[in-house]
Amino acid sequence: MKTIKVMLNVNNEKVTLQVKPYETLLETLRERLSLTGAKESCSLGSCGACTVLVNGTPMRSCLILTPEVEGASITTIEGLKNGEKLHPLQQAFMEKGAVQCGFCTSGMILTAKALLDRNKKPEKRDIVKTMSSNICRCTGYKKIIEAVEETSKK
Amino acid sequence: MENLKVVGKKIPKLDAPLKAAGVAQYIQDIKLPGMLYGKILYSKYPHANILKIDTSKAEKLAGVKAIVIAKDMPPNFRIGFMKDNPPLKSKKVLSIRDEIAAVAATSQEIAEEALSLIEVEYEELPGIFDPLEAMKEGAPILHEEAKSNVLKLPWRLVCGDVEKAKDESAYIAEDTFSTQWVTHCCLGTSGCIAHFDMQNNLTLYSNTQIPSLAQNDFVEALNAFGLKNRRVRIIQAVIGGGFGSKLDTYAYEYIAILLALKTKKPVKIIFTREEEFFATSPRQCTITKISQGCDKEGRLTFREVEMILDNGAYTSWGATTPSVMMLPISSLYKVPNVKYTAKCVYTNNTYCQAMRGYGNPQATFAIESNLDQLAEKADIDPLEIRRINANEPGEITPQRFKITSCGMKECIEEVAKRLNWKEKRGKDKGRGVGMASLIHVGGGARVYKSDGCGTIIKMDDFGKVDVFTGASDIGQGSDTVIAQIVAEVLGIPIEDVNVINNDTEVCPWDVGVHASRTTFVAGNAALGAANRIRQQILDAASKIFEEEPSNLDIKDSIIFSTKNSEKSIPLGKVLRRIHYTTGGKMLMAEYFYDPANENFDKEFKGNLSASYAYGTHGVEVEVDKETGKVKILNYIAAHDVGKAINPLLLEGQIYGGGLQGIGYALGEKMIYKDGRLMNGNFLDYKIPTVKDVPPIQPVIVETEEKEGPFGAKGIGEPGLVPTAPAIANAIYDAIGVRIKDLPITPEKVLAAIKAKEGEKKI
Ligand code: FES
Ligand code: FES
Repeated sequence: MKTIKVMLNVNNEKVTLQVKPYETLLETLRERLSLTGAKESCSLGSCGACTVLVNGTPMRSCLILTPEVEGASITTIEGLKNGEKLHPLQQAFMEKGAVQCGFCTSGMILTAKALLDRNKKPEKRDIVKTMSSNICRCTGYKKIIEAVEETSKK
Repeated sequence: MENLKVVGKKIPKLDAPLKAAGVAQYIQDIKLPGMLYGKILYSKYPHANILKIDTSKAEKLAGVKAIVIAKDMPPNFRIGFMKDNPPLKSKKVLSIRDEIAAVAATSQEIAEEALSLIEVEYEELPGIFDPLEAMKEGAPILHEEAKSNVLKLPWRLVCGDVEKAKDESAYIAEDTFSTQWVTHCCLGTSGCIAHFDMQNNLTLYSNTQIPSLAQNDFVEALNAFGLKNRRVRIIQAVIGGGFGSKLDTYAYEYIAILLALKTKKPVKIIFTREEEFFATSPRQCTITKISQGCDKEGRLTFREVEMILDNGAYTSWGATTPSVMMLPISSLYKVPNVKYTAKCVYTNNTYCQAMRGYGNPQATFAIESNLDQLAEKADIDPLEIRRINANEPGEITPQRFKITSCGMKECIEEVAKRLNWKEKRGKDKGRGVGMASLIHVGGGARVYKSDGCGTIIKMDDFGKVDVFTGASDIGQGSDTVIAQIVAEVLGIPIEDVNVINNDTEVCPWDVGVHASRTTFVAGNAALGAANRIRQQILDAASKIFEEEPSNLDIKDSIIFSTKNSEKSIPLGKVLRRIHYTTGGKMLMAEYFYDPANENFDKEFKGNLSASYAYGTHGVEVEVDKETGKVKILNYIAAHDVGKAINPLLLEGQIYGGGLQGIGYALGEKMIYKDGRLMNGNFLDYKIPTVKDVPPIQPVIVETEEKEGPFGAKGIGEPGLVPTAPAIANAIYDAIGVRIKDLPITPEKVLAAIKAKEGEKKI
């Protein structure tokens, strides 16, 4: 099978890969790089569980073909920790009870991170608007919003 | 109850760090060496004869390792509690999710391609998609051996004399309500990995909510495969949501097992979202005819309910939901005379299963909507009629439920107060308030012969414990609640408690994570085991201190005398002292807790649960008469939980359950057209997003249930039970129209407004 050479910067590490021309970024991350924090839940761009940051922007990795993002910097949930220390958002999600089954969590946290990177003190309105791109079946969202609000206050 | 250090505290879920860090391993994330990928070919038609299956082209595809069809399964092997479902179908298909063939290949893509190469010839048959049609004389019979489309399940409960009560009632309200198909939408899709060792013992990596029962099912399957006396081990991955969807074993699991057996390789089957929508078992639709009566003072005299449930093509635990529907029908409020009959009917739709609430949401929608109708007839405020009839502690209900703790009155009052009921009701046109209550099992539910759960605890030399529990965590946080209970009893920090809950090879038996039973039953099992360890520690320390064990206590891992503050010793020291000596010992304890609840007798009477959970939801809505849109302005969810072991997780259950309830009430619906699901994806089947979250306020009412661990009762399901009728009642208060068919869409509201205006003109 024909493969394409792609260079990526994933969580601050340069990687060079041979990928299938139609391989999604989600597949590359999960299957080739064993970064399974990004989840596949719909493969249709409709749930946000697969969200990763591509050059700082939250994107649905199930919709992106890896060759399309040649050269890009990718941040996955695994790249958020600072050494042993969880990122403040990860910490807040945990403490506020924003995590139940956890399948939506990495997508939620990365979506929130991009928001806070762009806007340190978002209004609740902005948080709701941004986070509405991702779905969660367990928590009722209330504590997810609280976790993002709490982090933005720090 | 004072001085609790760990119980009653807002402690984050123990596995939250793993999940927040993205390193928790779900079934999707697990890979075994040499693993193959399985894929299932489903039927093209909802009802058809299979004339021919040709797998020859698919077999030739490079990378295909096995293809199985019905003849590869043991003959007459059937699954489901009525044993009406062959995991692979040979002659006839009865629904669009019927499994016809399956492939194991070296990659997902090859497996998919192979499916497209399998040729199946069908002879299409006319289908029946409406239970009412299926019940008609002359309708084609789906399961010929059953001779009728109505399942042979005797759902009939009679308490007192309904006919007499009708005659004596001052007011009677009667109506018909219906509910829709909805589905769990767990974000983690279904999946498993089947793996045989050299002796043909099976390990199944699974998402199941019933590890012990599933183990039995698969042992039975191996027997049918001719593998007698083999072991089955279930290892649960981190589970990406349950909500009742994983309370049975399914065709895909048996298919994975068969493929693994054939190929001698681990085989993984993971559902796509599309499969998750059409090939898993949702909450069924129901048609409910109900009437209730009361005397002049508003005291309920009777309740009569007839229900028809769409069972779909095969039978799983959806068909036994009437047993739990009986709970609110007989015992929500004090009602002396009750009659309930239910029919589950085969159709060529998907087949139904348990979903959070287990029939209770459907039944409560009818009861609580109709109760408001009755209140109106009797000219009583809906709040008042609920106050008059509220359940109370000490009551024995007509179905013989023994009500121990009961905070229903408090819940009703909390809602009335916080909603400002008197001010808001019946005033502002276009805005209105409504309420609805619930009763649910809160102390286990004896639906099987055992309602038990086991726990084993072992303690190391330093006071750290491993707790092996049968209870599965599906995200709700049973891991944490169990750890809190153990930490509290042993006087150790929660960090020193490690909960192991995912492997049948080491964890004791449990009937499953259902019926909101885990905190109560597994909590009591953990409590029992922890108490036994505690006793061993205190006995050992009493010898060192020469002090009665009853005068000793443990806090912060220090054992001390409550009589003499001088006497204290670190827990670890005592442990090491009794371990490292001739004839030494290490501390271990086990406890199996089975609540003192009862199976129903032949008349469906008996004390199903060791305690009952109550709650009342109140809601204020605004209805846009131009668009029919319903906006929730305020939502109060008051719940009697016995005791909140972990308020953080408890609120999570109420928020999460509440929003699922709102989805059920206002939008979610699986649209089936002639047996085919038309909206099987998240774009077309819309579950609530953060934009749909109303101002919602949980109110925790504590009643200290004597039987419960530290006074707790179950709360997993109640959060969504009364949501829909509370909203429907509020809409009625706002605009005077009653929507009797869920979901309450703007179209239905508009149509009802138009119909009402039409009536006025005539
Ligand atoms: S998996 Fe990518 S949006 Fe759902
Ligand atoms: S925590 Fe389960 S989907 Fe969000």
